[in-house]
Amino acid sequence: MKELRYLDDVSTLVLDPEKCIGCRLCTEVCPQAVFEMRGNKAHIADFNACMECGACVNNCPSGAISVNPGVG
Amino acid sequence: MEEMSKTAGCGCSEVAASQNKQKISTSGVSIMSSMDEMPSCSATEAESPMAGYEKPGYRLFSFVDKFIDTDAGPVPIIKPKLQVEDLFATFFVRCGIGRYSYTIAPGLYGIGSPDKNSEVLVTANFKLTFDHVRKELSSINAWILVLDTKGINVWCAAGKGTFSTHELVKRIKKSSLEKVVDHKRVIVPQLGATGVSARDVKKQSGFKVVYGPVRAKDIPAFLKNNNTADKTMRLITFSMYERFILTPVEIQMVLKPALMIALVLFIISGFGPGFFSFSGALERGLPAFFALLTGIISGAFVTPVLLPYIPFRHFALKGIISGSIFALLFLLLSASAIQGISGFIALFLFSVSISSYLAMNFTGATPFTSPSGVEKEMKQYIPVQLASLVISFGLWIYSAF
Repeated sequence: MKELRYLDDVSTLVLDPEKCIGCRLCTEVCPQAVFEMRGNKAHIADFNACMECGACVNNCPSGAISVNPGVG
Repeated sequence: MEEMSKTAGCGCSEVAASQNKQKISTSGVSIMSSMDEMPSCSATEAESPMAGYEKPGYRLFSFVDKFIDTDAGPVPIIKPKLQVEDLFATFFVRCGIGRYSYTIAPGLYGIGSPDKNSEVLVTANFKLTFDHVRKELSSINAWILVLDTKGINVWCAAGKGTFSTHELVKRIKKSSLEKVVDHKRVIVPQLGATGVSARDVKKQSGFKVVYGPVRAKDIPAFLKNNNTADKTMRLITFSMYERFILTPVEIQMVLKPALMIALVLFIISGFGPGFFSFSGALERGLPAFFALLTGIISGAFVTPVLLPYIPFRHFALKGIISGSIFALLFLLLSASAIQGISGFIALFLFSVSISSYLAMNFTGATPFTSPSGVEKEMKQYIPVQLASLVISFGLWIYSAF
């Protein structure tokens, strides 16, 4: 969603490119198009669009993604 | 404040209340809640094809068209068309009335004439969600596997853990899905991915999870396209209509606290030179009450609807902007009823604080705010809102003297 943006630099999303196996599942489940495939690895293309829903973390088969919005 | 949802920004401000309202029911059939209600298929229609599926003490859901027999037993086939009663119920639920007990029985349903090769679409047992899905499937033959999400929509339930790997696996096994279809895949709505791990579902049930589109209306195109979603089907939207439709619940949730605040307003409006007067409470309480209404309309209705057109990204700031405009308008219109500049400033600050707080509260209902961002915003703006509120109360009492 490009017309509605929330605060920048707050997301706790981290992608470890070392662990990425290039399955593309994160690009599929993310409702904000945060990820993009570059070659055979996923990249964070739009970090500030992340709303920390956790769909990518839950489905990443190699544990390459983490998101940790703290308590609550 | 604890109501402000920080799980997934999906609008589930309060969910726990629904946990203990499960109905005793089996697939397609719900227990009769009162003796006055007649079964929708009355016993006098002896030739009704549904007669064989009636059970004493149970009542058929009105959206069930018929039953078909499968290797796993009879499965209810549902109507894609919503009936007048569904539309009425939708209206009430949208206004927040009975929305935590608006459930259907979880389990396997069918739509059209599904067979062993038909796809299995997974959804939640919130009736609003279920209606939303079935009305898009008038040309589709498919199975619909309804998970028990305690009457919560897919995204919120995924965030809260009821639309989950565990529940999906359990429901696949309970409905003996392997006997109903010859393939081994289920189509899970994309927003369910927050609660479902495709890999774990495969491991535990043998069924492969295919993530379907975000919106139910894209399901026919998705199926036609060999179970692939194009880019727009994968992205969440938050159009003006989608924002507007959420506002009745925003307002409904604020009614009770607003009533308490109104009471406090009338009481403090009574303080004056003669310590306390009832006529003062009424006379000065009324403009204060309208200032409260102004703040509510600005924060819980105008700010959500006009969200992208109001400057700044912090919702609290958006609420201050729209609150200021509306408070000024209100004060200009009711200038004759308010004494002195301190009274003006008091009501202005009061309206703006309420508007800012309620606008910030709307972060819990949007699909693009991160919990980390909301936490940051709350830490920054709750002190400001509180301070402004305290000053406005002080000024309001002072202005009476």
